[in-house]
Amino acid sequence: MEIIKGIGVSPGVVICPAVVLDAEDLVIPRRGIEASAVDAEVARLHDGLAKAQADLEVLRNDLAASHGKDIASIFDFHAGLLKDKALIGQIVAEIKSHRSNAEFAVSVAMRKLAGTFLQMKDSYLADRVKDIHDIEKRVLRTLIGGKHEGLTRLDHNVVVIAHDLLPSQTAALDKKHVKGFACDVGGRTSHTAIVARAMGIPAVVGLGNLTGAVSGGDLVIIDGTRGVVIVNPDPDQLREHEEYVRQHIKLEAELAGLADLPAQTTDGHAVSLMANIEFPAEVDDALAKGAAGVGLYRTEFLYMASETEPTEEDHYVAYVDAARRCKGRPLVIRTLDLGADKYAYGKGPVKEANPFLGDRSIRMCLHNLPMFKNQLRAILRASTEGDVRIMFPMITTIMELRQARMVLNDVMEELEDEGIPFRKDLPIGMMVEVPSAALMANNFAREVNFFSIGTNDLIQYTLAVDRTNEKVAGLFTPAHPAVLALIRDVIRAANRNGISVSVCGEMAGEPLYTLLLLGLGLNIFSMNGPDVPEVKKIIRSTTTEHARQVARKVLSFDSERQVMHYLREETRKIIPEAF
Amino acid sequence: MTAVTREVTIANTLGLHARPAMQFVDLANQFKSSVTVHKDGPAAVTVDGKSVMHMITLEAIQGTPLRIEAEGDDAEHAVEQLAKLVEDKFGEEE
Repeated sequence: MEIIKGIGVSPGVVICPAVVLDAEDLVIPRRGIEASAVDAEVARLHDGLAKAQADLEVLRNDLAASHGKDIASIFDFHAGLLKDKALIGQIVAEIKSHRSNAEFAVSVAMRKLAGTFLQMKDSYLADRVKDIHDIEKRVLRTLIGGKHEGLTRLDHNVVVIAHDLLPSQTAALDKKHVKGFACDVGGRTSHTAIVARAMGIPAVVGLGNLTGAVSGGDLVIIDGTRGVVIVNPDPDQLREHEEYVRQHIKLEAELAGLADLPAQTTDGHAVSLMANIEFPAEVDDALAKGAAGVGLYRTEFLYMASETEPTEEDHYVAYVDAARRCKGRPLVIRTLDLGADKYAYGKGPVKEANPFLGDRSIRMCLHNLPMFKNQLRAILRASTEGDVRIMFPMITTIMELRQARMVLNDVMEELEDEGIPFRKDLPIGMMVEVPSAALMANNFAREVNFFSIGTNDLIQYTLAVDRTNEKVAGLFTPAHPAVLALIRDVIRAANRNGISVSVCGEMAGEPLYTLLLLGLGLNIFSMNGPDVPEVKKIIRSTTTEHARQVARKVLSFDSERQVMHYLREETRKIIPEAF
Repeated sequence: MTAVTREVTIANTLGLHARPAMQFVDLANQFKSSVTVHKDGPAAVTVDGKSVMHMITLEAIQGTPLRIEAEGDDAEHAVEQLAKLVEDKFGEEE
């Protein structure tokens, strides 16, 4: 049994056998094979090599016909290697001695060979390393190829495990039988996350080397709500999760009845539960779940989904759509938060030594004013369609905020000159997600209409933890007293200055932290739509005074362990079935 | 059975790169005899003359002396033909 923590990007729990997909970028998982399966694996290797030979033959003949024999003879070397007894011997030995799968064995042998080339002093010869990579890919593609086909027609339910799911892969899935996704890489806005939410199935991403830990057919639990994947669960784990699935269904039914009730404590203190969305279409479902509006509209997808930079009109159409669906309820549009782990239109990451400390988010926007202005114009134009608000992410210094506001003012003037209508008093807010902004919250509060605390980044920057790095992900927690102290101070600064404050990170949607945040004086919780009912249930089951007591107690602890333990105990009193 | 050896020197400009290595191996595989190739010097190594992976990793640049050795019924013929291929610069240069 193996428990792996990642990022839950689509809620729910599913227990199913796994199908493992390898990505086209060919990060090859290592799967152990049974002693009895070694011969079959060697046979699979020979099949793969034969297919690769055949592919190569076709390619060579085509090339010979179009470019002549001399050019085509490059492939003689490739073909020669594919039938080289010494090389094949090495691959087979790897399969036999280490019980490796054929893909892994091929990649071990080819990388060793590539290493030899790289050490050569003669640059002409060393350059042949490209041929080695090419040959490796060709073989791997044929080995992996067979498995893709198996996914278009399935006869039983499965969960799909992949390094990363490509649009071409999800398009080919048999959607009737695919019940969950789990990927090595990815974030909330990755293709996998979006498809999973659209399909309404659980998904967890950012799992590190999950593909190396799972073999096809292994029983896997994907807990998209808690962001956990359990491979080959032991009977206790299995029972627990089956029970959890049952409870979950029961709880969902019960919570559905809460949708139309106000989010207020038993002593009558009302708070706002808002939704985080990526697509306008998500608004409907969030409102049905009882959300009072949209507290965070992430606009990155407009950039990531398209091959070219979105036009002002692309933005406008999406924002108007979202605003209309909100029917007068607040719609907080966050300006572009690209960079670090999210890239624009087909571009890969820009090489930066420290992308999370680099040219991302508002910094990137201020370096690309035409692009930034396009988005601001569209938001302003859409502001006549409802209660649209604008929010700048990743603000670190006061000058950055002022600069962003200046750009916004420029755009407002332009619109005015052009006679295009917009709401002049549209509320302007900022994300507090960098410790410097949290520490200076009092100063920032005088210059904006609202704060939204982005706990995911705030935790990462406060605790110096990259939660997608499996080796340190365990250190990532909102329960760290330092993080809690920052959140307390930001809420306090906002309340003192009479501006509104929300939490829009994952913490807001985790029932475990609801009592605490309420007790700290938080009035707006912004979360994924499906999380609204559970948080509402907790709020409707407590009093302001009790929540304050919980918060006071939590702030007296000096370790995250004490915090979690105490909060779990307190929350369980309200929703025993949740933990 | 007797082993036949012959010393040769890589003469073509680009050395024993992919295509010449392939030509050598293709030719070596036409004989029943085993074929090994030995390179002297600090990185002395003996490799299988019928494996292109081995031959290419010899890193035999122009001027590298090699010893071709064959063992088997057609050893004599094999060494003669292989040495000729090397001395003819693999047909690459006049």
